[in-house]
Amino acid sequence: MDKRLSAADAVAQISDGMTIGMGGWGPRRKPMALVREILRSDLKDLTIVAYGGADVGMLCASGKVKKVIFAFVSLDFIPLEPYFRQARQNGAVEVMEIDEGMLLLGLRAAAWGMPYIPTEVGLGTDVITHNPEIKVIDSPYDDKEWVAMPAIKLDVALIHADRADARGVCQIEGPDHYLDDWFVRAADTTIVSCEEIVDTDYFHDPIRARQVFWERSETTTVVEIPGGAHPSSCNPQYGFDVPHFKTYVASAKEEGGFAAYCEKFLGKDEAEYQERVGGLDAIRNIALPIY
Amino acid sequence: MTAATEYTLAELCIVACAEAFRDDGEKLATGIGVVPRLAASLAMKTFNPDMMMTDSEAFMLSEPNPLGDRGADFVQKNESWMGFSRIFDNVWGRKRHAMLGPTQIDRFGQTNTSALGGTYEQPKVMMLGARGFPGNSISHRNSFFVPSHNTRVFIEGECDYVSSIGYNPARLPKGHSLEDVDIHRIVTDLCVMDFGGPDHQLRVLSLHPGVTAEQVKENTGFELCMPENLPTTAAPTVEQLEIIAGLDPHNQRAYQIKDNPPGNRG
Repeated sequence: MDKRLSAADAVAQISDGMTIGMGGWGPRRKPMALVREILRSDLKDLTIVAYGGADVGMLCASGKVKKVIFAFVSLDFIPLEPYFRQARQNGAVEVMEIDEGMLLLGLRAAAWGMPYIPTEVGLGTDVITHNPEIKVIDSPYDDKEWVAMPAIKLDVALIHADRADARGVCQIEGPDHYLDDWFVRAADTTIVSCEEIVDTDYFHDPIRARQVFWERSETTTVVEIPGGAHPSSCNPQYGFDVPHFKTYVASAKEEGGFAAYCEKFLGKDEAEYQERVGGLDAIRNIALPIY
Repeated sequence: MTAATEYTLAELCIVACAEAFRDDGEKLATGIGVVPRLAASLAMKTFNPDMMMTDSEAFMLSEPNPLGDRGADFVQKNESWMGFSRIFDNVWGRKRHAMLGPTQIDRFGQTNTSALGGTYEQPKVMMLGARGFPGNSISHRNSFFVPSHNTRVFIEGECDYVSSIGYNPARLPKGHSLEDVDIHRIVTDLCVMDFGGPDHQLRVLSLHPGVTAEQVKENTGFELCMPENLPTTAAPTVEQLEIIAGLDPHNQRAYQIKDNPPGNRG
């Protein structure tokens, strides 16, 4: 089985109105090349589910987003994502704002085919009062009330990995795979971009095999896009691009700032984008962040 | 142990915040921001060696990392993997104490990290989002560090958006008790507090050197419990200052409180 596609063909599997989950966390290992492919498309009315960073900000700024399901949208070293902030303050997107752990439980419920998972997380807060679709229920086993965190079913998950083989065995070599495995399992279709396509025997090494967090049956499509997480990080390959993020954030202060950002950087494809941000070697030389 | 005579307000706050972790035993201490992280690190290196801590990325450490660039030869003292998904297992297992800095804190100890003003559909100022606050607040002990104690943080009314559960009877979930909520310490640039006043009222425990009870009252948007004859917050010891300097070799602590004032403002 060969699951390799071009970025454009991979993203062509997405339709208007779909719910898309994003791997990564804040400015870390985001599937940015696939996000850029969506920016180049006519897709619209998307629901985005993420531990959000510039992926959410860019898609909101492009007007392609109907709703965001999130616990935060942040660039970490720049705490507030400027375009998500604009979209919120303009009332331009619907939201379901929840706790980070509730998001995980929603993905798990979807992955396991359950309508909800009970939790006490969210009780006593505005997560419950502002989201009437999240119900509070009585327990058959005790006298307490519980939040019934509904399944967050994804049509598509977009993930960036370090390596994959043509059959969809995906390696995340960095120190954390975040909640990527749950996004994958909650989705009908999973599109994985990776730094490198490798032969299957790459995974014969048991250390590498332990860096595979879901079965290949969960992977629909793999796309080789070295540098494809830029400007987010792909530890241990490269860190996040601080100057680029600063340029991006500064663009939000100007009228028509996002259009100008896209005009300057987006390009017709990823090769053109990388040329405009200094080339693949420059991306691979970005130092890892120190926490 | 010799009390220092020269120390900054940030260093006083680090030591006061460290005290919050003293009795935790074997719990994961998560200090978000320079002062809480140095506080947790100081506690782990001195009076609570059983404490657990991460590298703020993906590993549990047997010794805290110094802040900032640690040089090419530095090897951090990993003891286990601790990625984000595993943090939730720890949080829901309740063996954690987080210390963070919310944007708003109301008289119930409810906090807001999410948005200011406007509506849920269209906030006037969008901030971080609820993050992990709802889960932290109902699952384990929490403390707060507030670098600028004023009425915009300690607001008169209820938080614009309630990100974390507090001691608010009107929001108490069925079958729960207000005693389930554990807001342990609130350390600000003026004082140390808890919610141990009558009916979980915010209560001052000590005033920082040179700070008056009147100053705290003026800068708090609601009534707080101000016992008579309050002690002065303990000055750092010379030994503690040395440990803090070792944990913060690039002096990031000098940039955490406006103008980096001295600890004794008398």
